[in-house]
Amino acid sequence: MIDREQVLHVARLARLRLDEAEVETMAGELSGILGHVDRIRGLDLAGVEPTSHVVQLENVLRDDVAWTSLPSAVALASAPEPFEGAFRAPSPQADAD
Amino acid sequence: MADLLDLSVAAAAAKIAAGEVSAAEYGAAWQAAAAADDLNAYLWTADEGSFAEPDWNGEGESAPAGAGEATPYGSNGPAPADSGPLAGVPIAIKDIFTTQGIPTTAGSKILEGYRPPYTASAVRKLTAAGAQVLGKTNMDEFAMGSSNENSAYGPVRNPWDRGRVPGGSSGGSAAAVAGGLAPAALGTDTGGSIRQPASLCGIVGLKPTYGAISRFGMIAFASSLDQCGPLTRDVTDAALLLGVLEGKDPLDSTSVGLDGGISMPTLESLAGLRFGVPAEIADAALDPGVRAVFEATIARIEELGGAVAEVHLPHAEHGISAYYVIAPAEASSNLARYDGVRYGRRAGGDGDLVEMYEATRSEGFGAEVKRRIMLGTYALSSGYYDAYYGQAQKVRTRIAGDFDAAFEDVDLVVTPTSPSVAFGLGEKTADPLAMYLNDFFTVPMSLAGIPAISIPAGLAAPEGAADGAPRLPVGFQIAAPAFAEQKLLEAAHALEGALGFAAAAGDAAPWKGGAGG
Amino acid sequence: MAELEAVIGLEIHVQLSTRSKMFCGCAVSFGDEPNVHTCPICLAHPGVLPVPNEEAIRSALKIGLALDCEIAPRSIFHRKNYFYPDNPKAYQISQYDVPICGPGRLGEVRITRAHLEEDAAKTIHVGASGRIHGSAASLVDFNRAGTPLVEIVTEPDLRSAADAADWARLLRETVRQLGVSDVNMEEGSLRVDANVSVRPAGSTELGTKTELKNMNSFRFLQRGIEAELGRQREVIGAGGRVEQETLHFDPASGDLTPLRSKEEAHDYRYFPEPDLVAIAPTAAMLAEARESLPELPAARMARYEAELGLDEAQARLLAGDPEQAGYFEAVVAAVGEAAEPRVVANWVTGDLTAALRASEDAERPEAGPLADLIGAVASKQVSHAGGKQVLAILVADGDADVAEIVEREGLAQIGGDDGELAGIVAAAIAADPDAAQQIRSGNGKAIGAIVGAVMRETKGRADGGEVNRLIREQLGM
Ligand SMILES: [Mg+2]
Ligand SMILES: [Zn+2]
Repeated sequence: MIDREQVLHVARLARLRLDEAEVETMAGELSGILGHVDRIRGLDLAGVEPTSHVVQLENVLRDDVAWTSLPSAVALASAPEPFEGAFRAPSPQADAD
Repeated sequence: MADLLDLSVAAAAAKIAAGEVSAAEYGAAWQAAAAADDLNAYLWTADEGSFAEPDWNGEGESAPAGAGEATPYGSNGPAPADSGPLAGVPIAIKDIFTTQGIPTTAGSKILEGYRPPYTASAVRKLTAAGAQVLGKTNMDEFAMGSSNENSAYGPVRNPWDRGRVPGGSSGGSAAAVAGGLAPAALGTDTGGSIRQPASLCGIVGLKPTYGAISRFGMIAFASSLDQCGPLTRDVTDAALLLGVLEGKDPLDSTSVGLDGGISMPTLESLAGLRFGVPAEIADAALDPGVRAVFEATIARIEELGGAVAEVHLPHAEHGISAYYVIAPAEASSNLARYDGVRYGRRAGGDGDLVEMYEATRSEGFGAEVKRRIMLGTYALSSGYYDAYYGQAQKVRTRIAGDFDAAFEDVDLVVTPTSPSVAFGLGEKTADPLAMYLNDFFTVPMSLAGIPAISIPAGLAAPEGAADGAPRLPVGFQIAAPAFAEQKLLEAAHALEGALGFAAAAGDAAPWKGGAGG
Repeated sequence: MAELEAVIGLEIHVQLSTRSKMFCGCAVSFGDEPNVHTCPICLAHPGVLPVPNEEAIRSALKIGLALDCEIAPRSIFHRKNYFYPDNPKAYQISQYDVPICGPGRLGEVRITRAHLEEDAAKTIHVGASGRIHGSAASLVDFNRAGTPLVEIVTEPDLRSAADAADWARLLRETVRQLGVSDVNMEEGSLRVDANVSVRPAGSTELGTKTELKNMNSFRFLQRGIEAELGRQREVIGAGGRVEQETLHFDPASGDLTPLRSKEEAHDYRYFPEPDLVAIAPTAAMLAEARESLPELPAARMARYEAELGLDEAQARLLAGDPEQAGYFEAVVAAVGEAAEPRVVANWVTGDLTAALRASEDAERPEAGPLADLIGAVASKQVSHAGGKQVLAILVADGDADVAEIVEREGLAQIGGDDGELAGIVAAAIAADPDAAQQIRSGNGKAIGAIVGAVMRETKGRADGGEVNRLIREQLGM
């Protein structure tokens, strides 16, 4: 149903790291759930409009008015690693410059 | 003090307004009750910190008024309006709602220590009506669960039997109300997360129409399904809170509000109302005790003058499948923001970017959250979208269509809320799919976006329990067409009166200091 | 081997100059201190929701109409999911299969689509010194995060680097005249990426394309494309194959270096944004956008050529500058029948521009006085040289009266019947018998010396043609 390789690929997309045991468990559990979910794959729903929204609204918009932003100290208050007014994150590549 | 805590919210608010009860005394009584929490229902209570306005900029200043309603900044207090329908009433808030300066975790380790810079619109509505934040209640991590065992902060105990779960994901809110730790609570419902714990804890839980209440500040699980609602001891209190909470919010594009608002339900007879019982229930997996209470309740409806007819919801059986594609898909995207850059927990900070992301998320999220992120990422990934997400959305169209057809013939559709009474802690944790099937009766309404309420309808022994084992509450679910909340509440009110659950439960009810207390 | 033809398409990100961001009320800004224009929404705190900016929708409609796009009756937003520190929600709200603006055209180039989305934050990469721990880091400033963008995508209709740069200039001018963006490439409010491929001339198939990024001026755009076309021709000439990749152009070195992609798998898992409802432009929204459209460069240029008889160069020059074009049209109206629009265009783009450049204090005169001056010169009341002197005074003193200046400075053209000019001419001929003799013996160029003398004597008040005529007449020619 869903194999090791797929689990690893999806984990990579989702930025999750799974250890060996987790990969096995995940493959089993996801296969079980998808096995149930697969019942809907067999339904003939050609021509049925998909519902991504139950709200029948259109054009809900905001006036172009600027509001008071957070003081930068408040914006940075919850940052794991604030640095000189900015949010610091590790570099995309550890060996970059 | 016990008599003060026995008052319903509506009764207490009326007495406070009339000057018969002091708001301070009432608030203090509930604070003391909440502080004595032995159900692990609360993650934070007001006695851990004052209601004082959080420090806005580190210089002791409070948040600017901004541009009024349209800005997300404002206070939780400190001085709630001394008038208003909820003046002086403390309310427990599910920890999924942001509260400025007050810890907000959504039951997750990844938000441990996080104090939001703003307050959820629903909470602001409550405080603007005079209510106070009594505490933040425990929940399944990011609202993913039906037993409250997925909280990073430990499971909540069911006040009827501490060895059993309260349901989830609003388990802390349900247990607090049922256990006499709060007069009312705010919860959220994505696939049953208000109704199912209300059912398992013997209280009233209302999931309004999608869009009735603002989602702004409600930490997202599945955006197209999430809806906030009250957990209360009775239907009148549910109506009172809904009346305060509903409304269009300029900060939520998908909010609509309820036209004409909500008035207190007064209906006592069900004459003229048509109730639809889905034929599919006959074949559904359902505990015998729950089935018996359901059938007895149908009989009561007829005695009260209600007409009962069979309806068909042929696609409802696929609700779980569609739900467990749509909700995880949206969740996988909604939970991607927990990346260790702007707030919350960070791990693996010494590595490169991908290492930090993976370490932060792998250590910060629990097993169920990871499972759903994986499931949702898979369902949206290249090559699988049409087969899973696209197909699930079409099933959703069909399920909504089934309800539309049913509501041509009946005013309301009724089902059991949950297939079983409260189950034992740890009983279903090893089998995610079995856990998911708890939502069998509640998920279709969520997918259709229609309002549904669970009211306690009776007591039943758990399946397979020994004779004479304590009986546990069974919920009865009533669903109505979109935005027909008033009709829903009227019917629930009439039925509630006829069922007399609280009286029937008698001393067994935990708020009476009964079972397990 | 067949010649390899260039096939170029452009992707342009236009930052809208709204007051507030696309989905929150933080101010749109440039160059401020980091993280002073942020809120829970644009920092993607838990629980927040987006609400679209009405002005951004209006701007997108204007761009769509200016590019002759089909406007979608109902468009929706999608989420584009990828992890990067500059992407706070880890998804960008963008449009996917139903963009607000569908197919259109600008000049010779077909537009594929134009859609709304939000900008990312600004990331600065710093070395190990900016960090407690050993390795390098990114510093993220969310001021820009959530700024509204319109992304315009063209069909691969351009056939040379120069054409691509020229067309991009036309697009910038068009968008600038809509007033919806600063369109400043250096500040990044206009960003142009190019999709470049080559194919045998005459082929209709498309070759493998590469995507070029970071060309922050039109010159660099042209140079980048030229360099990449050269590289691709070389690769194919050597029997190799072009790889599909994204390249970063370094204008300093002219190098093209492959970019490591943000998401190696490129699986953006697009799905409809559940937090937003559809955009369905109403008749009123469309009418308002349509009415607000100025006459755009391409249309204005065509009108100047067809209706006013301007040549292509003049028409392009004026149409590209709406402010100057407006002035030009005001002068044409004030001149009326007194002079051809072509003559007005020469004054406005030539003498006036030169006069304004000559002095820092110079100010453009009102349309009326300039029209008076052009009329006076056309009717030979003032010579062209005299007219330039009047103009110098006009730009120094904007609302002056042309007739009064001519009177005061004695610039009225000499000539006509009073014989004054004929007398001066006679004196000049008498003073330079050599030149007179040469003219008589057929050396036409010699006339210049006598004309010069007359002009000096009259301080430019005489008409050159008239002076010529009189000299020849008096020499019996
Ligand atoms: Mg883009
Ligand atoms: Zn903002």
